[in-house]
Amino acid sequence: MNSALLEVKNLKTYFLTEAGIACAVDSVSFKISERQVLGIVGESGCGKSVCALSVMRLVPPPGVTAGGEILFRGEDLVSIPEKVMQSIRGNEISMIFQEPMTALNPVFRVEDQIAEVLLRHKGISKNEARDQVKDLLRRVGIPSPEIRMRDYPHQMSGGMRQRVVIAIAVACNPRLIIADEPTTALDVTIQAQILSLLDDLRQTHGMAILLITHDLGVIAEMAEDVLVMYTGRVVEHAGVKELFENPLHPYTQGLMHSIPGRSIGEDRSRLEPIPGVVPSLLALPPGCKFNTRCPWSFDRCFREEPELLAPAGGHMVRCWLYQEG
Amino acid sequence: MLQGPEFLRISGVKKYYPITEGLFRREIGTVKAVDGVDLEIDRGKTLGLVGESGCGKSTLGRVILGLEPPTEGRVLFDGQDLASVRGEELHQVRRRMQIIFQDPYSSLNPRQTVGRIIGEGLVIHNIGTPVEQKERVRQIMEVVGLRPEQINRYPHEFSGGQRQRIGIARALALHPELVICDEPLSALDVSIQAQVINLLKDLQQEFNLTYLFISHDLSVVRHISDRVAVMYLGQVVELAEAVELFRNPGHPYTRALLEAIPLLDPNLPKKRWAGRMETSGPVLPEFCIFQPRCAQSKPECEKTAPELQEISPGHWVKCLAYNPLSSRV
Repeated sequence: MNSALLEVKNLKTYFLTEAGIACAVDSVSFKISERQVLGIVGESGCGKSVCALSVMRLVPPPGVTAGGEILFRGEDLVSIPEKVMQSIRGNEISMIFQEPMTALNPVFRVEDQIAEVLLRHKGISKNEARDQVKDLLRRVGIPSPEIRMRDYPHQMSGGMRQRVVIAIAVACNPRLIIADEPTTALDVTIQAQILSLLDDLRQTHGMAILLITHDLGVIAEMAEDVLVMYTGRVVEHAGVKELFENPLHPYTQGLMHSIPGRSIGEDRSRLEPIPGVVPSLLALPPGCKFNTRCPWSFDRCFREEPELLAPAGGHMVRCWLYQEG
Repeated sequence: MLQGPEFLRISGVKKYYPITEGLFRREIGTVKAVDGVDLEIDRGKTLGLVGESGCGKSTLGRVILGLEPPTEGRVLFDGQDLASVRGEELHQVRRRMQIIFQDPYSSLNPRQTVGRIIGEGLVIHNIGTPVEQKERVRQIMEVVGLRPEQINRYPHEFSGGQRQRIGIARALALHPELVICDEPLSALDVSIQAQVINLLKDLQQEFNLTYLFISHDLSVVRHISDRVAVMYLGQVVELAEAVELFRNPGHPYTRALLEAIPLLDPNLPKKRWAGRMETSGPVLPEFCIFQPRCAQSKPECEKTAPELQEISPGHWVKCLAYNPLSSRV
């Protein structure tokens, strides 16, 4: 049975720069079914945002999607004409960006920015759109929407602006929302409000969420299935409980050890950071891309790159420690 | 050595900014960025200062350094009132307090070499000959984990974590005693954050540094601080030993902050935000500043201003729930 809403197969997005080809996303595959939350976690430059932009077909030049398939309800988004893509973007798949300060246009009222997507996709009158805008703002928890809809973005706080961005994203009842670091620019108390809003919307409207973040705490809270990315590759893929109970890849383990104890306790012991830095995409080491920073690396790691395989029931990891031969 | 009074003492510090309107800049109100803060830090200790954006924590750091004059109140650094020192004396005090900035991308001059950035303080304070200055720069680069042969490189040649090390080296070049760390980790990835946290802790031990560690990240603050002050809209609402604060948070705002942190355990129930929406606009409530967002607010909270109360030794909370008078009601 093929119940996947979105299925990405071997996606390759490369940036053709003067200094060489940077493989920002290298053979990434994943599936999201209806109502599911898939998290992608990784540090800056790991390719998680480029993944999201590839699905939306918004990769800026010199980036190109060089290979792979992006099947949305069975249709390959890589090959459909731009006109068709435009009718999907913002309508069936929509995106929540990181910076609520820059995602909104400062010279238009909030009302017009939300109405724009309704007018574009739903073919309704301006009056109907205005009613729907009011309703949307109420749904995302903005008090007295009939007054606040007349505001310009600068008149709102960061949390309110992110609610407006979410209102735009859910305006057409999309099947899939791609949220790229939706709470990174926000304070923790506001983050908690926005995450619970996203979860409510998912439950009431049955949309799937592709959640991209660097914060393992947000992943633990929201995601059901998790991809860990490093230098454009998926290094680990598991269910959220499995991943936190039994992280297999040394990079995932390192990430978890780098975070000051977040459980309730007085763990003030010395942190164990991952040594070194992420290598440049233009100068990746041969073999496993994590080999220079890995505490367990051995000679094979420097010669051959491991594949993403599942040593035990569905938990996939790209590491020689778990592979025979 | 004489122990004397606290190494750094801030008493009754207020910093107000006028809100002006129209052509003649008529004053129509004030923004109370810092509104009556008392804090003390002992030598060699770390005070964590947490709060959300706009709570005044960075402004307080700037007032302590003397980068902004306080509207009211005093900053006593090693027994010296910063407002009373002038000229050469102020110059000398300034050498002893340094700051590490948040953003390692914008706080380093892109046109200067690393050697010049780190050595600038030595030049300004006229410490040593040019040869000695260069030697000191190399030495401090080694201390913070940079390679001394990179002394003639430019900031863009370094990664974010390395740039933050340059910022730390610049702050330490003058052998300061007090270092204000203003969100030194928030621009860095988690694996790099951990490296910088360990570095800051090592340096503190080695040089007996006193830190004021400003951050919005409670997990980091708990890890690095001895005492923690929680700020909300310009006021300190809670102050306690780090372990005590996280084990027994007293103020409803601190509790809300702690509850809002996503925990690294998917088996825990999902967070439901119980508190109210953020307020907007600069008009503050007259009495308890947290009252409009407080889930436990009572009618008296709109009539009486709370004072900082010591609820257990060394643990201070500014909330009417701990007011001995109101608890009898």
